[in-house]
Amino acid sequence: MSDRPRPTPRPAPHPGPDSPSTPAATATATARPASASGALVYAPAPESRAVVSLRPAYGLFIDGEFTEPGEQTMTTVNPADEEALAEVATATEADLDRAVAAARRAFDGVWSRTSPSERGKYLYRISRIIQDRARELAVLESLDNGKPIKETRDVDIPLAAAHFFYYAGWADKLPFALPGVPAPRPLGVAAQVIPWNFPLLMLAWKIAPALAAGNTVVLKPAETTPLTALVFAEICQEAGLPPGVVNIVTGAGATGRALVAHPGVDKVAFTGSTGVGREIARTVAGTRKRVTLELGGKGANIVYADAALDQAVEGIVTGIFFNQGHVCCAGSRLLVQESVAEEVLHRLKERMARLRLGDPLDKNTDIGAVNSSAQLARIQDLARTGREEGGEEWSPSCELPSRGYWFAPTVFTGITQAHRIAREEIFGPVLSVLTFRTPQEAVEKANNTPYGLSAGIWSEKGSRVLWTADRLRAGVIWANTFNKFDPASPFGGYRESGYGREGGRHGLEAYLNG
Amino acid sequence: MADTATAPDPAPASPGPEPRRLAVRKTYKLYVGGAFPRSESGRSIPVNSAEGAHLAHAARASRKDARDAVVAARAAFGPWAARTAQLRGQILYRIAEMMEGRHAHFVQETVDAQGVSEATAQDIVSAAIDRWVYYAGWTDKIAQVLGTSNPVSGPFENSSAPQPTGVVAVLAPQDSPLLGLVSVVAPVIAAGNTAIVVASERAPLPAIALAEALATSDLPGGVVNILTGRTAEIAPTLAAHADVNALDLSGAGDLATELESAAAATLTRVLRREPSPDWHALPGLARITPFLETKTVWQAVGR
Repeated sequence: MSDRPRPTPRPAPHPGPDSPSTPAATATATARPASASGALVYAPAPESRAVVSLRPAYGLFIDGEFTEPGEQTMTTVNPADEEALAEVATATEADLDRAVAAARRAFDGVWSRTSPSERGKYLYRISRIIQDRARELAVLESLDNGKPIKETRDVDIPLAAAHFFYYAGWADKLPFALPGVPAPRPLGVAAQVIPWNFPLLMLAWKIAPALAAGNTVVLKPAETTPLTALVFAEICQEAGLPPGVVNIVTGAGATGRALVAHPGVDKVAFTGSTGVGREIARTVAGTRKRVTLELGGKGANIVYADAALDQAVEGIVTGIFFNQGHVCCAGSRLLVQESVAEEVLHRLKERMARLRLGDPLDKNTDIGAVNSSAQLARIQDLARTGREEGGEEWSPSCELPSRGYWFAPTVFTGITQAHRIAREEIFGPVLSVLTFRTPQEAVEKANNTPYGLSAGIWSEKGSRVLWTADRLRAGVIWANTFNKFDPASPFGGYRESGYGREGGRHGLEAYLNG
Repeated sequence: MADTATAPDPAPASPGPEPRRLAVRKTYKLYVGGAFPRSESGRSIPVNSAEGAHLAHAARASRKDARDAVVAARAAFGPWAARTAQLRGQILYRIAEMMEGRHAHFVQETVDAQGVSEATAQDIVSAAIDRWVYYAGWTDKIAQVLGTSNPVSGPFENSSAPQPTGVVAVLAPQDSPLLGLVSVVAPVIAAGNTAIVVASERAPLPAIALAEALATSDLPGGVVNILTGRTAEIAPTLAAHADVNALDLSGAGDLATELESAAAATLTRVLRREPSPDWHALPGLARITPFLETKTVWQAVGR
């Protein structure tokens, strides 16, 4: 993409706002390959797929062994070209019974009797093997999910390894985890259902603290992104993890519902949509199951007039276009102070024109494929609503590949708080822009949502950042940065973004009894 | 050389077994700034096994060697403290990996040094390796357990976080030359401090074996510096040194009071020795907190 018409062709050696055109720059540009409109064309830089060896079909991982795929299977595809990657089993209720029973046996027989420091050492091993197989996992994640290789390589996989490393260290320090609880105990068997937006990373967020605290797990990866979870099952085998401590069951929504409702589980952990989260909260009502829910969001990214605008623009782009906007904590509502709104939008559009959409395995790609046709339809539907409700839509001129699921990065202006695209989670690369005049107004608009997961603040004035952060009703607030994640940092939302926290010391609370 | 290679052997070999290959013995040197120098003094001390057999000569560090070690530790402190806690954890874990690969070597050193059975030595070495793993897990959790958000009365954000105190002189336990040594060094560097360690005087060789593992484990030079020699000769220099921030008296023996008193001149923090420490017990934060400062930051809140 990035072939937006311009008066003068310019080189773009690195992404960033325009510098003034100079004769020298123009000369350089003409010496390089250029598209019809004059924008710089990069040579393809694809990451090799050779590092990944896929089996034609995958069974479930129960009690330390892979089962035969069975008759009920589903096909997982590469969303960038709709190519079938593998057949994956759909777990039946009988399969879930066996998985939960295996997890229970492992909890009673092995894992609860394994010393805390030895438990930790298994997790260290897993972390190291993820590091060892990092490139394979990164390529596989890009293939199955559609996200750019630079994100899987630099974010998803290293963070997954770091998460296991971090919680490995907690295993023998649990008496320090909960104030006033000198001898916390594990809950038992955890049922964990994860989404498709960060498949292996969400697996790590779920499994690492559960195991460190002494629980065993049955985890269901998302229907459209099961493959790295199945490689993770191999990693558990390589690490010598006792059978049944980790069980991976694949399937769609029905499998997830059955797992959550299974009477043999002590704990339910879910990351996904607020709709499904509500359903889970109803399902477990009246049971003794503990629950954590990490659900949707409609994060506000507040840009004050005194912000460093170039950095703020980078943060806006990271906030909404990272991972195609498939991020529950995305900064999907830009709240920009009126006096700089025009300037910020100008710079934002300049920056967006330089985003590179295309082959997820290309190392220069900024925006990959939308994960599924269903998600693409939802994004298209909400964008249409935005137009119908009077929003002004803008995208950089952008050629979408003919196959696969794609959506160009998009900005809506002329948006009020009443517009659906300013209220509903789109989970795609669509930014709604609103303005404000005073800090008080920024806070009120930011909090005017049933969600409460994340928010961003851009200002060079520290006291204003803290004043704003104090008043935002959101679980994670980034100041002069956005979409930062770390295993040491708790993550989770207020209100309809769910309850409980994952990450950090707080992430252990969800897996321990006092 | 070609002549001798082709010339017939002037003296026909006598019947009997081939002579055994002569072993290459290791020179045990100091470990300072990531290098293995001899003592600048040119001195050494003979080291005997627990049974009294001669094992080797170890370098006998001088007061000048101790001051050089302080310089190395100070130079390493800034970069080491500035590394992310997660990365320090990775490096400490790497030390455990390197020790595991030399498990048999450490067992032999422990048998020689402590006169214990091989089975007991196996346990000691395993515990020493697991001790590194234990502290690898602490690096990024110290602040989470000890840090606080303080609800002061007024429009301020106020939070307190632990910070490493700086350069720590560690007198390693005299009677536990490997497990005791690891147990006192690992917590010091886990928190981001750098260390000058005076090894067990009677049994210094496991400390040098440890230095060889440290040197191959991504630990930056100067973070741990190990001196062998006479504790009574080196320790007073370290205790009184103005650029040493804290002092661990584990192996100080009868010198403890004198050293604590010397440390008072620059208000060097002192961790007194325990009467009879159990090096096999999990230590918690007890050996971390003495080498921390608490930094509290007030930030104004307002539009």
